[in-house]
Amino acid sequence: MKLITAVVKPAKLEDVKSALSSHGVAGMTVSEASGFGRQRGHTEVYRGTEYTVDLIAKVRIEVLVDDKDVDGVVSVISSAASTGSVGDGKVWVSPVESVIRVRTGESGVDAI
Amino acid sequence: MEILAGDTAWMLISTALVLLMTPGLAMFYGGMVRAKGVLNMMMMSFISMGVVSVIWTLYGYSMTFGKDLGGGLVGSPTEFFGLTSIISEDSVFGTIPTSVFAAFQMMFAILTVALISGAIADRAKFGSWILFIIIWVTIVYFPVAHWVFDFDGVDESGNVVDPGGWIANDLAAIDFAGGTAVHINAGIAALAIALVLGKRVGFGREPFKPHNLTLVMLGAALLWFGWFGFNAGSAIAANATAGVVFLNTVVATGAAMVAWLLVERIRNGHATSLGAASGIVAGLVAITPACSSVDPLGAMAIGAFASAICALAVSLKYKLGYDDSLDVVGLHLVAGLIGSIFVGLFATAAAPAGVDGLFYGGGSEQLVKQIIASFAVLAYSFIATYIIAKAIDMTIGFRIKEDDEVTGIDLAVHAESSYEIGSQGANRGGYAS
Repeated sequence: MKLITAVVKPAKLEDVKSALSSHGVAGMTVSEASGFGRQRGHTEVYRGTEYTVDLIAKVRIEVLVDDKDVDGVVSVISSAASTGSVGDGKVWVSPVESVIRVRTGESGVDAI
Repeated sequence: MEILAGDTAWMLISTALVLLMTPGLAMFYGGMVRAKGVLNMMMMSFISMGVVSVIWTLYGYSMTFGKDLGGGLVGSPTEFFGLTSIISEDSVFGTIPTSVFAAFQMMFAILTVALISGAIADRAKFGSWILFIIIWVTIVYFPVAHWVFDFDGVDESGNVVDPGGWIANDLAAIDFAGGTAVHINAGIAALAIALVLGKRVGFGREPFKPHNLTLVMLGAALLWFGWFGFNAGSAIAANATAGVVFLNTVVATGAAMVAWLLVERIRNGHATSLGAASGIVAGLVAITPACSSVDPLGAMAIGAFASAICALAVSLKYKLGYDDSLDVVGLHLVAGLIGSIFVGLFATAAAPAGVDGLFYGGGSEQLVKQIIASFAVLAYSFIATYIIAKAIDMTIGFRIKEDDEVTGIDLAVHAESSYEIGSQGANRGGYAS
């Protein structure tokens, strides 16, 4: 089992969500995040004083998948989240030791 | 004189409009601070409605409009104590009941001291602020309002039977609705109190971004709306003067908003919503003293010029090193001075006040009077405010603890937090019992 984590532009969340649904992914966790990469921040002006805002709003999408589904899901996310401009975000994959479904107690791939 | 229903109705409405400015100011200020200090910021304005209405009724009206104690400096605090003596049916001020006049003027006292709070965002002890309000209105606002707003009472043959304040009568400077008594007064007091309290932790280093500009915009809108009562209501009648004043108040403010946005567009490349809200307030402040003495073109010129200067002045605090947190100095003092002094330039005999200023062939006489009035209020208010604030700071202390300031004044002082966003209804604790 793997955990796929994607940090993408908030405006692309709907696209990613519906692309994952069509691909057959049954669930995900979405949270608000902020950070910066190559895009760095932006400048805001209040009464003539300029502030640099380093941390930009992003959404973090987490999906648990069976090992065989990893490549498909990663490519669905990255193509749905892409705008081609700097700041599109990242997708990474990490190993997962165990997963348990709270309601039934199922574990492993059955719990995904 | 006889009570006129039309005048009385307008003045009752104006009174309510001016009261609304204080909650409007609370929103204007509240949106500009960080989320951890919005409740305290709003409370510093709200508490003024509580404390000042009581003091005004006890002895404030009397100190402002009571029998002059000599030299046009201050009224007797006892003549109208408790306002019992002005509630009879034959107690008339011009063409309205004296009770309505007293209520109308009460709102000015409430607003003026609330304006000062913008200078000390995020760091003042609430009890110390309340004590400051009580002492400041007593020692600064009531006497200064007496100087500016209390006109001589004359009998039928024109003899002065009830002498008023020295600026309104002896000097005869024009301040229709409070450029000196309200805005220069509050603006310079803001500088004094900011100097006493010192800078917020992180001033000039951390970004102190406004946390809610929609609240600022709503506040600016309420201020503009309420200001019609402030200015046009200062005619104390529903008449032609009120009409001209109303018109000048709109056009000066409109021009001021455009001017601020132009400065921003040229300097920073963007016209901002905070700039629009700030320009509105700059224009309203600037036209306040001048609204009865200029024509609409003069009003536009005053509003636009004052606003452009304010847009440049608000950055000075970083260079000069004082933390006037929400720019009370840069807006109210600067625009108040420009508006009050420019009466001497732009006044025209065609306007209700009937005086020509320098640009309209009236010479420099009125200009000199305006400058004297402005700087008299400025000097008195600065010195008195500095002493009051310093005395409070040295006795009970004026600032909250640094830890509390960093954590957030709302939690430390009021035991509340303003927004519960993101918890989606989850209880993050239980009753303390």
